[in-house]
Amino acid sequence: MVETKDIEYVAKLAKLKLNDSDKEKLIPQMADIINFANRISELNTEGIEETNHILNMSNVFREDEVKTSYKRDDILMNAPQKEAGCIIVPGVNN
Amino acid sequence: MELCELTAHELGKMLRNKEITVPQIVESVYKSIELKDNDIKAYISLQKEEALKEAAEMQKRFDAGEDLPPLAGIPITIKDNICTKGIKTTCASKMLQDFVPPYDATVIEKLKAQGAIIVGKSNLDEFAMGGSTENSAFMKTRNPHNLECVPGGSSGGSAASVAANETILALGSDTGGSIRQPASLCGVVGLKPTYGTVSRFGLVAFASSLDQIGPITKDVEDAAILFNAICGHDEHDATSVSMEHPDYTKALEKGISGLKIGLPKEFFGEGINSEVKEIVLKKVEELKAKGATVEEFSIPSIDYALSIYYILASAEASSNLSRYDGVKYGYRTESADGLNELYEKTRSEGFGPEVKRRIMLGTYVLSSGYYDAYYKKALKARTLIRQEFDKAFTKYDVIIGPTSPTTAFKIGEKSENPLEMYLSDVCTVPVNIAGIPAISVPIGTDSKNLPVGMQIIGKAFDEMTILKVAYNV
Repeated sequence: MVETKDIEYVAKLAKLKLNDSDKEKLIPQMADIINFANRISELNTEGIEETNHILNMSNVFREDEVKTSYKRDDILMNAPQKEAGCIIVPGVNN
Repeated sequence: MELCELTAHELGKMLRNKEITVPQIVESVYKSIELKDNDIKAYISLQKEEALKEAAEMQKRFDAGEDLPPLAGIPITIKDNICTKGIKTTCASKMLQDFVPPYDATVIEKLKAQGAIIVGKSNLDEFAMGGSTENSAFMKTRNPHNLECVPGGSSGGSAASVAANETILALGSDTGGSIRQPASLCGVVGLKPTYGTVSRFGLVAFASSLDQIGPITKDVEDAAILFNAICGHDEHDATSVSMEHPDYTKALEKGISGLKIGLPKEFFGEGINSEVKEIVLKKVEELKAKGATVEEFSIPSIDYALSIYYILASAEASSNLSRYDGVKYGYRTESADGLNELYEKTRSEGFGPEVKRRIMLGTYVLSSGYYDAYYKKALKARTLIRQEFDKAFTKYDVIIGPTSPTTAFKIGEKSENPLEMYLSDVCTVPVNIAGIPAISVPIGTDSKNLPVGMQIIGKAFDEMTILKVAYNV
């Protein structure tokens, strides 16, 4: 049911690079898990609402007012590559 | 008896009676760590120097006669997926191995406000994905009751540190059983609170609609004290509930006469070890002798809970973990030709196999063509589980069953078969899906001398009742 091309497509969506031995392992494992997950198709969910989380709340807003945030240097402390208060990344179209 | 073997409430009394000092407690805990942690491997990082400094400060305040909160001067271990300002928070992943949070999680702020002392950060399955702590990128934690066995997971380091007296209290996080199952396998108490009662701000997200932080402790009284300290509304967490919390230690009174217990037959069926079953049922008989009424019933959709869980949790994980891209923080690949390759190489090198598996699974069930059949269907099935629990709680005060289908298994026994590993969550995941609270309490040992845990499940926001029942076990 799960084929190499499915795994490759999903890996591309997930931004993961898999080598051949990864794929070889993943195919039967994913097939097993998906097959197991598929058991829910037996359930009758006609007319049943979806539950996203269990609390009866949505759109929690706060007043739109300026508050002190973190210092830039603190936030950038963990950036792998930075310069002059900016994060450096390779070009999009290298 | 060493101080590290005592509970927070015992130590609190002794501190206030001036029988002991805070530095003595902290020294005792580190002595125990130095003696045992080479074998157990509960800790990813320690901060002895800081802790001793804080201990001396806290002792000064006791000496000055200050009226301090219950956790003042009490050592606590923090699962390494909860952000601690200035202390590395790795999630047991290469992806975050050098990450030092610039802020404290709300639970950490609350603990610090009480004067609790952070001992160190405990090992876990990478990004809390697993049931054995074998998925840590750094090391495998061992079960203090048998070093050849796993401590459970994902909060395996926290549970093992409590069980081995390498700390007094610990925090874990529970997405599908990650507090309760390791507590059960290590013979300690683990409480998964109702979704929304403890702030998730600063908890590294795995599956946001299921994750909840909670206590792992040596006894029920400590669980109530620690839950008192960490619960409450937080404006930084949009799913945090604004409500009046009772003093949970008020639940700790003897007597359960008139209590109505429901035993779902799904928790005692196929796949549950017969010895575990027997020990739990014997304990239920004891509760009956103390005046509780017990009735068997059925929650049919529980049989589908694992399927629902692995769809929803993986879907949410695949979305949450998309933030690890090698740009803002965390691991970045050595060299990359272009931005897309930076993402792909960083993620492929930074994540371990289980995390990749879950991201793949989650991406699959969310991808076009499968979204309705898996993700949407699972959200509807989630409603069915909630409804069946709601119905059950019109008849019963608590629902009881085993926490884990087996006692601690051998290291390596299930690590090659992900699906088999997932099955060890079978009793715990329904609770996260329904968002309700549950506590695991140790109730004895099996013939291999490994701890057995019993799970007591309550209705939403009724931690008082499950704590009370747990206290009477």
